[in-house]
Amino acid sequence: MKVKIALAGNPNSGKTTLFNALTGSNQFVGNWPGVTVEKKEGRLKGHSDKADEAVLVDLPGIYSLSPYTLEEVVSRNFLIGERPDAVINIIDGTNLERNLYLTTQLTELGIPVIVAINMMDLVRKNGEMLNVERLSKDIGCKVVEISALKGEGIEQLAERAVALARSGKKTVPAHSFDGCVEHAIAHIEEAISGHVDKSMERWYAIKLFERDAKVQESLKLDAELLAHIEEDIVSCEQEMDDDSESIITGERYNYIGSMIEDCYTKRVRQQMSVSDKIDRVVTNRFLALPIFAVVMYIVYYVSVTTVGAFLTDWTNDTLFGEWILPGAQSALEQIGCSDWMVGLLVDGIVSGVGAVLGFVPQMLVLFAFLAFLESCGYMARIAFIMDRIFRKFGLSGKSFIPMLIGTGCGVPGIMASRTIENDRDRKMTIMTTTFIPCGAKLPIIALIAGALFDGAPWVAPSAYFVGIAAIICSGIMLKKTKLFAGDPAPFVMELPAYHMPTVENVLRSMWERGWSFIKKAGTIILVSTIFVWFAQSFGIEDGSFCMVEDMNNSILAGIGSAVAWIFTPLGWGDWKAAVAAITGLVAKENVVGTFGILYGFGEVAEDGAEVWGSLAGSMSAVAAYSFLVFNLLCAPCFAAMGAIMREMNNIRWFWYAIGYQTGLAYVVSLCIYQVGTLLTAGTFGIGTIAAFVLIACFIYLLVRPHKESQDLTVVRSVQGKLSA
Amino acid sequence: MATLREVKCGHTVRVQKLCGEGAVKRRIMDMGITKGTEIFVRKAAPLGDPIEITVRGYELSLRKADAEMIEVQE
Repeated sequence: MKVKIALAGNPNSGKTTLFNALTGSNQFVGNWPGVTVEKKEGRLKGHSDKADEAVLVDLPGIYSLSPYTLEEVVSRNFLIGERPDAVINIIDGTNLERNLYLTTQLTELGIPVIVAINMMDLVRKNGEMLNVERLSKDIGCKVVEISALKGEGIEQLAERAVALARSGKKTVPAHSFDGCVEHAIAHIEEAISGHVDKSMERWYAIKLFERDAKVQESLKLDAELLAHIEEDIVSCEQEMDDDSESIITGERYNYIGSMIEDCYTKRVRQQMSVSDKIDRVVTNRFLALPIFAVVMYIVYYVSVTTVGAFLTDWTNDTLFGEWILPGAQSALEQIGCSDWMVGLLVDGIVSGVGAVLGFVPQMLVLFAFLAFLESCGYMARIAFIMDRIFRKFGLSGKSFIPMLIGTGCGVPGIMASRTIENDRDRKMTIMTTTFIPCGAKLPIIALIAGALFDGAPWVAPSAYFVGIAAIICSGIMLKKTKLFAGDPAPFVMELPAYHMPTVENVLRSMWERGWSFIKKAGTIILVSTIFVWFAQSFGIEDGSFCMVEDMNNSILAGIGSAVAWIFTPLGWGDWKAAVAAITGLVAKENVVGTFGILYGFGEVAEDGAEVWGSLAGSMSAVAAYSFLVFNLLCAPCFAAMGAIMREMNNIRWFWYAIGYQTGLAYVVSLCIYQVGTLLTAGTFGIGTIAAFVLIACFIYLLVRPHKESQDLTVVRSVQGKLSA
Repeated sequence: MATLREVKCGHTVRVQKLCGEGAVKRRIMDMGITKGTEIFVRKAAPLGDPIEITVRGYELSLRKADAEMIEVQE
């Protein structure tokens, strides 16, 4: 018989380690339907053959089954909707009180539950005692002691969980609430009897007592019954002088308090733990920021400038540039492939694959760092230290890392946003990270600065300033819009004890994220690279459609001329600039190379020194700066777009992001050009008026009053999607 | 009555009442801050906000704006 077992527990309880220990390499990573929350499934070790297959589903790390956060709603829907055959509840033995809070909710579900107390080795080392038998009686289900890190008790846990799932023996909660609460719940149970499954009556009754809007909705009870239930709740609330949600929460913690007293012996003298000592230095008033700066410097230095850059350059230039591409070319030519076929295979497909894989080594180095920072506990401290600054722009303290990495390359920057738990903060980070000029945009800056500003030293810093300003303004504007309304994002965050992560966990997390980039982002990068290659190498030459020698005759040039008028208000309605901007989508540094080809210079230096003269002849300084700003802010390269698609995991949000970036780029460039020409040349026209209107709108969007909403419409819409 | 926001670092207080409603309040309660709970205010972040407290034997950080919802007594 095939059984399905869910693994539930608090964040930082060692859930991932346990999941890896239980399933080994039999894992499948995906997403919960409709949301960006990661879903992992795996087959239990030793239960992989068809006859006695046991599948373990890893639920998101949660503290409660409240209806308020995405993770909780996802977990709840799974537990209620799919009814797993058993639940393994992992508990951090060094932090029993808060961890047992979730346990009291899980045991009410009418599903067989087994509790695994993790980090027992630490508990014993601290000289504390836990009476497991008593605890098991107090909770109402089996309790197993384990150490996920050392692999102690894992096999026993797995066997017991499978046996429990097969037996189908439902756990009956041992805890009860205050007399008057129980009275009200009994009434509600009676009222809803027949509407819900017998084994879940108590759970539903408690949720109705809490006035859980999602449960009320899903049960579709008639108004009379609801009014009747409401009476019971109100009379209990009056007696207890509190609201029903607080009553239940308080009662749970009271029961847990009595449980702990019953079975746990704490050492009397509390001495400072190692973690406390580390924290005294690391989040110290004066040292916190310098230490943070050093940590960030190391992450950046290793993953972007040294090891990461070396690996990426090697993959791009040596592996693909010198070996694979020329190798494939000569091999194909030898077997007598036609020119266009060789072009398609080598310049289109193989270099497209290279464009995807080129990012991977650098990204793996970065992911290893992130996994380390996350699992050792420092990532939570980063949010703690930086929260004050970033929350003003609707971002999380953890948004700092994506943006820092974004200065090197936007692709790993966007992927680094994975560490942000809050859905709204994460989406905002993904949308704004690529505003920061990445390494590939530097040649464009050098080109414009050299060609039109005589290499003025202010151009490059101003590009960074524009990027940072775009992030700040976007944050302030977007957080007031409907898209980001709702979800007040409570910053009530656990600061877990520091600990040394295992090498296996770090590597596994690194590989999972890297692979998900290759798989999900790879497709979009490959397809778009091939498309642009096709458009720029084919066209009509000498009256027939063929592979063109001169890019001026290509389809891409045609597209460029067709769309060039769009950019006229921005000051660079020349088709060459439009084409350069389009090829910039493949990789931003292509902008410079394209100018080289279009102006007939062929290969040019990285800063395009050869074309400086031609460019200066065709554009005014203001127009050039507008071109620069447009390329900095508009939709990033295809690789970054692929990463955005991967992280948003939603086609609508993907287009929101790309549309917003391009729209903002257009508006800002337009204002720069129009106001710039007014100031330098005194030209006044319809464009100038448009620019002033846009500036006025922009300022309005920035300063308009706004009240953070308290209800969670975001989660509700997701709920709709999940049930659909 | 004082709120948690006003409590100086290094002091231990007891929760009297939780104001507010909805997601933030529920989250605060879920994390173990309920009526009668003891809270030790450990420190403030280097930029003054959020604060770090010890509750039910573990470390929790919350913003001062949210700490205002928690009425406490020394």
